[in-house]
Amino acid sequence: MNLLLILEQALNGLQYGVTLFLMAAGLTLVFGIMNLVNLAHGSLYMVGAYLATTFYQWTGWFFGGVVLALAATLLTGIALEMVALRTLYERDHLDQVLATFGLILFFNELIAIGWGRAALYTGLPAWLGGHVPVLPGVRYPVYRAVVIVVGLAVAALLWALVARTRVGMLIRAGASNRTMVAALGINIRLLYTLVFGIGAALAGLAGLMAGPIYAVQPGMGEEILIQVFVVIVIGGIGSIRGALVGAIIVGMVDTLGRAFLKPTLATFLSPSAADSAGPALASMLIYLLMAVVLFVRPQGLFPVRAR
Amino acid sequence: MTPSRRTVALVAGVLVLGLVPVAAALFNQPFYIDLFRRIMIFAIAALSLDLILGYGGMVSFGHAAYLGIGGYAVGILTHHGVPNGYLQWSLAILASALIALVIGAISIRTSGVYFIMITLAFTQMLYYLGISIEEYGGDDGMRLARRSQFPGVIDLSDATAFYYLVLGILVLFLFLSHRIVNARFGMVIRAARSNEARTLAIGFAPYRYKLAAFVIAGAMGGVAGALLVNHTEYLTPEFMHWTRSGEIMFMVILGGMGTLVGPLVGALVLLLLEDVLSAWTVHWQIILGPFLVLVVLFGKRGLVSLLPGGAGRG
Amino acid sequence: MVIALRGFVIGLLATALAATPAPAAETVKIGFITSLSGPAGIIGKHMKDSVELALDHLGRKVGGLDVEVIYGDDQRKPDVGKQLADEMLKKHRVHFVSGIIWSNVMLAVAPTVTQAGTFMIGTNAGPHELAGKMCHELFFTTSWQNDQTPEAMGKYMSDQNLTDVYAMAPNYAAGKDMISGFKRYFKGRVVDEVYTKLGQQDYQAEISQLRAKNPKAVFVFYPGDMGIQFVKQYVQAGLREQIPLYSVYTIDEVTLPALKDVALGIVETRYWSPDLKNDANRKYVSDFRKKFGYTPSFYGAQSYDGILLIDSAVRAVRGDLANKKGMIAAMRKADYKSVRGPYTYNVNHFPIQNFYLLKTVKGAGGDVEMQIQKTVFEAHKDAYHRECGMK
Repeated sequence: MNLLLILEQALNGLQYGVTLFLMAAGLTLVFGIMNLVNLAHGSLYMVGAYLATTFYQWTGWFFGGVVLALAATLLTGIALEMVALRTLYERDHLDQVLATFGLILFFNELIAIGWGRAALYTGLPAWLGGHVPVLPGVRYPVYRAVVIVVGLAVAALLWALVARTRVGMLIRAGASNRTMVAALGINIRLLYTLVFGIGAALAGLAGLMAGPIYAVQPGMGEEILIQVFVVIVIGGIGSIRGALVGAIIVGMVDTLGRAFLKPTLATFLSPSAADSAGPALASMLIYLLMAVVLFVRPQGLFPVRAR
Repeated sequence: MTPSRRTVALVAGVLVLGLVPVAAALFNQPFYIDLFRRIMIFAIAALSLDLILGYGGMVSFGHAAYLGIGGYAVGILTHHGVPNGYLQWSLAILASALIALVIGAISIRTSGVYFIMITLAFTQMLYYLGISIEEYGGDDGMRLARRSQFPGVIDLSDATAFYYLVLGILVLFLFLSHRIVNARFGMVIRAARSNEARTLAIGFAPYRYKLAAFVIAGAMGGVAGALLVNHTEYLTPEFMHWTRSGEIMFMVILGGMGTLVGPLVGALVLLLLEDVLSAWTVHWQIILGPFLVLVVLFGKRGLVSLLPGGAGRG
Repeated sequence: MVIALRGFVIGLLATALAATPAPAAETVKIGFITSLSGPAGIIGKHMKDSVELALDHLGRKVGGLDVEVIYGDDQRKPDVGKQLADEMLKKHRVHFVSGIIWSNVMLAVAPTVTQAGTFMIGTNAGPHELAGKMCHELFFTTSWQNDQTPEAMGKYMSDQNLTDVYAMAPNYAAGKDMISGFKRYFKGRVVDEVYTKLGQQDYQAEISQLRAKNPKAVFVFYPGDMGIQFVKQYVQAGLREQIPLYSVYTIDEVTLPALKDVALGIVETRYWSPDLKNDANRKYVSDFRKKFGYTPSFYGAQSYDGILLIDSAVRAVRGDLANKKGMIAAMRKADYKSVRGPYTYNVNHFPIQNFYLLKTVKGAGGDVEMQIQKTVFEAHKDAYHRECGMK
C-alpha cells in the first residue's frame, strides 16, 4: 500500500464528497430554512439528469443542455413547491417524509412513462473525456476534476450568497425567526419559494453532473438520497458548512473504507474471512459513522441555532 | 362503559376475518385464506409499529428489521435442524427484544429527524449484514424446509389451522395493546409524545418508558416475522430493507395512527389495493404514489376517522 | 377446542367440494411471473414482449388449444412472487407457471409450484440449488445454470493463456456464484477478488485499487445499472485500452443502448446472441424488431423458448393437460425450434447447450451490437447435475 495510492484514493474521496455535497446543500438548505424534509429531492436530481441528457441529445450543445436543464429543474422545483409542498410546511416531519415518498413513486413512474424504463445513453463532449496526470503515473479523468472544481465553486457561491447578500440575510433571518421576518413586511412565501428553487437547482445540478458517470434511469435518486441524508445528519441539519464538512467526511470514509478495509483486515484475518468481512463492513461504514456521531453529538457536527 | 363505535368495528372486523376460511371453502377459493393470512401478519407488524409510532410518536424507519430478525431466528434454527416451534418462536421474541433494546438505547437519545435517520441506518446495517452471510443464503435468501413444529398442538402446514392461529395471535396482541395503551405505562408514553417537558416535570422519565415500548414493539415485530417466514416458507434480507418499513408505516398512517383498529384497516386496504392495482396496470405506482400523498395531506386521522363517530381520542 | 372443531368441519366441507371432477381443459392457462414495475421493469418488458411474440407465432394457440397468459409483477420480492404463485395456482388454476428473473424469487416460487403438482418453466433464474439437490421432475428451464456462463469465460481466458486476472462482482449470492464459476475453469492466477456493495454507483475507488495492482485483465459481473456505471467509469479512467475487460451479464441488449460506443471491444460469453445463425432465431429477432422496435435480449429469447417448449409438450399429449407424465417426457426431448438451435436436457432439466464468445462491435447498420466470435463450449453441462437425484 503505497503513498501514491493513498493520495489517489484521497482525491477520489474528495470528488465523491463533493458530489454528495451538491445534493446535500440543497436538501439541508430547504430543511434548515423551511423545516421541510423533502425526499423528492432525489426526484429533482433525476429530473436534472434526464433533462440535461435529453437537451444535449437534441441540440448537440453541451453547455446549452446544462443551462436549459438547470432552468427547467428550477421551474419544476418551483412548480412542485407551489402545488404540492406548501401545505407540508406546517406538518410534522413524518407527514413530510411520507408525502414526499409518495411523490418519489409518482415521479419515477412519470419518467418511466415518458422515457421508458431503460437507462439513457449519456455522452460527453470530447474535451471532457480525457485525462490529466494529476499525480505521477495517475491519469485522472478530466470530468471528475471538473466535478471537484464545480462543487467547490458552488460551495463558495453559496457561502457568498448566504453570508454576504441581502437575500442571504433574509434567508438566515427566516431560519431564525420566521414570524418576525414576516412581521417586518418581508414576503415570506416568496422567500420560501426562492429558497426551494435554489435547492431544486442544486439538486438538478448534482443530477446533470452525475448523468455522464452514473446510470440515468428511473429511481436513480433513491440510491444516493440515503447517503445524502447521512451527510446532512452528520453535518447538522440546516448548516451548509455542516453539509460540506459532512459530505467530505462521508466521501472520504466511504472511499477509503472500500479501498483499504479489506487489505487491512487481511493482515490479521484469514484471506477468506477478510473477503467476506471487508465488503460487508465497508457497506455499513457510513451508517456506523453516523451512529457514532449522533451518539456523541445528537444534533450533528454544526448544529444550527434552535429557533 | 358503552363500547365505542371503534370497538364495535374492531369486533366486527375480527368476526369477518374469522369467517374468511368458511367462505373460501364454500366458494372453493383457497387462495383467499393465504391472502388474508398474509394481510393479518402485516396487520400484526403494523400494530406493533403503531404502539411506538401512533401512541409514542417515535418514527422508526427500522421496524422491518424485527420482522427479519424474527424470521431469521426461525429460519436459522430450522436450517440447523431445530424445527421445534416453541424454541424458535421464543428465540424470535428474545432476539428481537434484545436488538430493539440496543438500537433503542442509542436511538431514543435523539429525536425528530435524527431519530428517523438513525433507525434507518441500523436497519440498513442489518440488511447489508444479512446479504453478506453466505451460510444463510445471503441475498438469495433461505428456504424454510419445514414450518415450525408444534407437535400435538397444531400443524402449521394446514392452511386453515395456521390461519386461525394468526388470527388468534392478532386478537391477543390487540388485547395486549389495548391494556398497555390504557395502563399507566401507556399514558406516560402518550404524554411524552404530547409534551415531553411537562412529562418530565410531573416526575416521569420518558426515556425509560419509551425504551420499554420500543422493546415491546420490537418483540411483537419479531413474532410477526416468525409468522411471515412460516407463511412464505422463504425469507431474504430484503424483508429488513427500509422500504419495507415504509410500507408498514403507510399501513399505520392509512388506517389511523394511535388507534388499535387502524393498523388492521391499513394493512387490509394497502395490500388489497396493491394486489388489485398491480394486476390492472404495470404503472400502478403512479396511482399509488399520489394516493399516499393525498392520504397524508387530507386523511391525517386515517381511514378509521371516516367511521361514523370515529374521530375520538388519538 | 372450538377452533380445532371448526377447522375440522371446514376441512370436511372443503374436501367434499374439492372432490368434484376437474373441468375439461379447453384453455391452456399459463401464469407468467416477472418484474414489471420499478427499475427492473425493463427486463420484465423484454420477457413479456417475447411471450407475446411467441403467442403470435403460434397463432394464439398452444398445442392447438386456446391459451390465456396471466402476468404477475413480483416487484423483485420473493414473498410477493410466492403470493402471485399461490394466486395463479389456487385462484386462476394455471397449468404452467413460467418466467422469474431473480434467483431468490425462484427459490421461493419453484418449490411452491412443483409441490402443488404444477409445471414450473423457468425462463431466467438458474440457481444451483434447483440444478442440484432441489431438482424436480416438474421443473424445467429454458435458460442456463448461473455458473455456466462464467465457466465459459474462465475457459476462454485460460485458453488465451491469460493470467494475473482481477475479478470483481457485487457482494451478493449471484456475484459470488459468478466468480466461483469463473475460477472453476480458469487455470491462471487470480490477482484479487473484490466484492463491492450491491447497488453501488461510484467505482472510482475500486478502479484506482485495480490500477495499482496492475493486472493483465479484468473479469467482472455487474448486471443492470451497476454494469452501466462500472463500464462508463472504467472507460473514463482510460483503462479500456490498457487492461482489457472481460465480463458476464454486464454488456447485453438491455445495457447496450445506454453504453453504445463505450462498450466497444468488451467480450462476454453467452449461450445466445441476436446474430446466432439459425432459422428460428432469424425469424424471432426480425419479427421482434418489427413489432417492438428494439433488439431482443437473452431474457426475451428464453421467454420465447419457454412458450414454445410448453407448446411442444401440449402438442405431444394432444391437449390432454392431465397427462403430466406425458408432458414431462415430451419436454425432456426439447423437441421444438429453439432460437439457440437444437439442444438437449440434462437429468436436472437444465439445457445442455453451446456457449459462445461475444464481442461488442459496430454492426453493419452503424449500431453497437454484440456478435458471436467463436464457440467456447459445445454441449456444456452444468456443474451440479450430479447432485440431482433424477435419472
